[in-house]
Amino acid sequence: MTAWKAICRVEDIPVLGSRRVARDHGLDVAVFRNDADEVFALLDRCPHKGGPLSQGIVFGTRVACPLHNWTIGLCDGQAQAPDEGCTPRFEVKVEAGVVFLNAEELVGHATELTRPMAGPVSRKTERTS
Amino acid sequence: MDMRVNAKEKMKLVMVGNGMAGVRAIEELLKLAPDLYDITVFGAEPHPNYNRILLSPVLAGEQTLEEIVLNDWAWYEGNGITLHAGFKVTQVDRVKRMVTAQNNAGETLTTPYDRLVMATGSNPFILPLPGKDLQGVLAYRDIADTQAMIDAAAQYKHAVVIGGGLLGLEAANGLMKRGMQVTVVHVSDWLMERQLDKVAGQMLQASLEARGMQFRMSAQTAALLGDDTGRVNKVVFKDGTHVRADLVVMAVGIRPNTALAESMGLHVNRGIVVSDTLQTVTDPRIWAVGECAAHRGIAYGLVAPLFEQGKVLANHLAEFGIGRYLGSQTSTKLKVTGIDLFSAGDFMGKASGRPEDAECEEIVMSDPAGGIYKKLVLKGDQLVGACLYGDTVDGSWYFKLLRDGRSVADIRDKLMFGESNIGDVGHQGQSKAAAMADTDEVCGCNGVTKGAICKAIKDKGLFTLDEVRKQTKASASCGSCTGLVEQILMFTAGGDYSATPKLKPMCGCTEHGHQAVRDAIREHKLLTVGGVFKFMNWRTPNGCASCRPAVNYYLISTWPKEAQDDPQSRFINERSHANIQKDGTYSVIPRMWAGETTAAELRRIADVVDKYQIPTVKVTGGQRIDLLGVKKEDLVDVWKDIGMPCGHAYAKALRTVKTCVGSEWCRMGTQDSTQMGKDLEKAMWRMYAPHKVKFAVSGCPRNCAEAGIKDVGIIGVDSGWEMYVGGNGGIKTEVAHFFTKLKTAQEVLEYTGAFMQLYREEGWYLERTVHYINRVGLDHVKKKILEDAPLRQALWAKLQAALDGEPDPWFELQEAKVDTRQFTPLTTA
Repeated sequence: MTAWKAICRVEDIPVLGSRRVARDHGLDVAVFRNDADEVFALLDRCPHKGGPLSQGIVFGTRVACPLHNWTIGLCDGQAQAPDEGCTPRFEVKVEAGVVFLNAEELVGHATELTRPMAGPVSRKTERTS
Repeated sequence: MDMRVNAKEKMKLVMVGNGMAGVRAIEELLKLAPDLYDITVFGAEPHPNYNRILLSPVLAGEQTLEEIVLNDWAWYEGNGITLHAGFKVTQVDRVKRMVTAQNNAGETLTTPYDRLVMATGSNPFILPLPGKDLQGVLAYRDIADTQAMIDAAAQYKHAVVIGGGLLGLEAANGLMKRGMQVTVVHVSDWLMERQLDKVAGQMLQASLEARGMQFRMSAQTAALLGDDTGRVNKVVFKDGTHVRADLVVMAVGIRPNTALAESMGLHVNRGIVVSDTLQTVTDPRIWAVGECAAHRGIAYGLVAPLFEQGKVLANHLAEFGIGRYLGSQTSTKLKVTGIDLFSAGDFMGKASGRPEDAECEEIVMSDPAGGIYKKLVLKGDQLVGACLYGDTVDGSWYFKLLRDGRSVADIRDKLMFGESNIGDVGHQGQSKAAAMADTDEVCGCNGVTKGAICKAIKDKGLFTLDEVRKQTKASASCGSCTGLVEQILMFTAGGDYSATPKLKPMCGCTEHGHQAVRDAIREHKLLTVGGVFKFMNWRTPNGCASCRPAVNYYLISTWPKEAQDDPQSRFINERSHANIQKDGTYSVIPRMWAGETTAAELRRIADVVDKYQIPTVKVTGGQRIDLLGVKKEDLVDVWKDIGMPCGHAYAKALRTVKTCVGSEWCRMGTQDSTQMGKDLEKAMWRMYAPHKVKFAVSGCPRNCAEAGIKDVGIIGVDSGWEMYVGGNGGIKTEVAHFFTKLKTAQEVLEYTGAFMQLYREEGWYLERTVHYINRVGLDHVKKKILEDAPLRQALWAKLQAALDGEPDPWFELQEAKVDTRQFTPLTTA
């Protein structure tokens, strides 16, 4: 039996928008809502350069990554051709207006993936002199 | 056993013809409706679909037949298409809806159809000369002709090509490369007279003569004579002279292949007559596409228009019922390696002798020794024709100007020197793709090499510039390498990239262009994104990431305070009012009026940096301070603690107003530029625009604020202010145009505001002021702002009204419709 974890109500997610769900380990899970009140869940990370998909523009059943405009399918996490790549999916269900995620996946699914580093920490520390 | 309901009722689609246009239409159809039809294709040639344009390189030995196959046998099989290659359709019974075909061995086949596509292409025109049926007399059209020419070249020495047009010269070049002595016989005074003027035609001839080709110009062929074996050995002219010939190739033109259509009783007039949906006017079950179809009286012979037709046809076959083919403008390039020529439009100009061309003017650059000739034909303020020889890199730019029909008055003096000379060049000016190595970078924006482009074209079967852009991203950003990419496309695919429709749709969601959308919003007072989509019959339910932000901008700029601003239709930066970084954090740039700050502000900034552990603090090019690496959760608190207005450094809006110190301190200063900058910034901040907007104000002509590369640059002089517009320091440095001279600070505000409002109302989304001015012409802007004082004042008043009471999104979050839920992540605790 799948153990489900209640996340929020459908109305808590903007129409054609998304919210991110923080986890103890691993990157956030992005939950999306389309204009038919369907809810989708993907790891909040574009397969291209790790951009946060939750911040993208949602249209149809797709989201455009805010960093370089890759288009990712909300149902399957696949990048739209000619781009190639896939974002991990999360099981999601809606019951009586409440959005649930699979508790096991929240703990352990795709926790190894990270965001790119930016700022001083991303610079090489060694100097030539 | 197939248990599906209606499994047997799939409609039967039969296509007569297996050439480029028809098969492209099938490919498009399979993308839209893969399961609608059982598809059967008849092809008279015993080959799968190949790229006919590349027969010339095959003849010249530069490519092989295998390399030019576009859809191999496996493609047909994999898509469930029945291909009868080698079967020529002999009869179509339109009553019984039955197609009959026969192959060389005399076998016949019959197939029923529900819908029929005629894609029979064209036939070469054979001159009705005595001796035309001798052995060794060929047309130049298909693989069999090409193979026969290759075989003849291996065995014989002397070839004559009748016809000095595009195809004839390509044939002659190929035969010469295979070692034959080739004479081209041409009836006109110069070569390619339908594409080139006399000078260019003669330069082309000289260049081909230097390679060893011989010519008989203004020559009329009387007869072909043969030897005892029945093979041609001589071409005789009307003046009694003759040349030796073991091979004669006729390349005097093509005619739409309509014999079958005529026998079927379809209306034929210069081709099978079709409507804008490519349906025949005679029989609604029958469509025609490609060279055999006559659309509005024209049968096209170039790839791009035929592919456009294919797209429209597929759409109707798929029963989507949208899309019309509206005809194409075309241009020409010759595929002879090492010779670059381009022509488009009314390239003859005055020399055509036609009365309507009498007022044409010409700009000519001629360097016969250097092998370069360029002629541009203008009528009034518009470019109407171009003929280029030797250097064709700007061909596509001229073609675009020609199709857009925009006034070139403001760039007339620089027109001849090409696009890269309008403003400074962003990239090094490579102009000859053929001379580049595979490892050379073509597109500097996206780091794409020539080799990568060639590979994508070959591997993915690309034909158009748009396809190359999509696949490789080459020329997809600043566009300055477009000419090079097109040259590469020409060499590699032989594609005729250039004949794109005049009206460019906003995106794949609609057929409407930016202007049509703007107009509809204004005329019909549309106030919501959804309303626009509905009114204009958008194909997608809620648009895409490209059209939604554009439509939202058009709404709020056309109907300020009335239209409904939709945050979900804005790019993330304008939704979170900060600039997203590559690791998903944000940058915050507070507004510092005209770049001036105080100790108190700096202290607050320093405290915020400590409190929120902001990793990087950087001074920007716009005289402000950038805090980088702010977590989204902290944004609202950071804004509050800094206590300075929003800098809009993330938005398509007024960003910075850069100033020099000015007369308050500077010993050279003539005007108080800092105060002028503050006044401008305070009057126009919070102003959304088609793209970002930057101003600068300098206090004297030394111009320390670099006003020459800003959207609006103001330079103080002793007697007042000079105003410059349309500058840009980005991908391509563009020097601003001098606009006008003004006396008072009040005038500077009014003229700047009016120009901004005009740009806000007329600019297309993501069009910087320089591109807006390039599109509409500087004269247009001058007429509205400088010559029409009531309009100028009205525009300025409109901008002020629109900005009055606009909220600061950092402090009036609710008024600015900021969805604050975004700043807090959901938790599972």
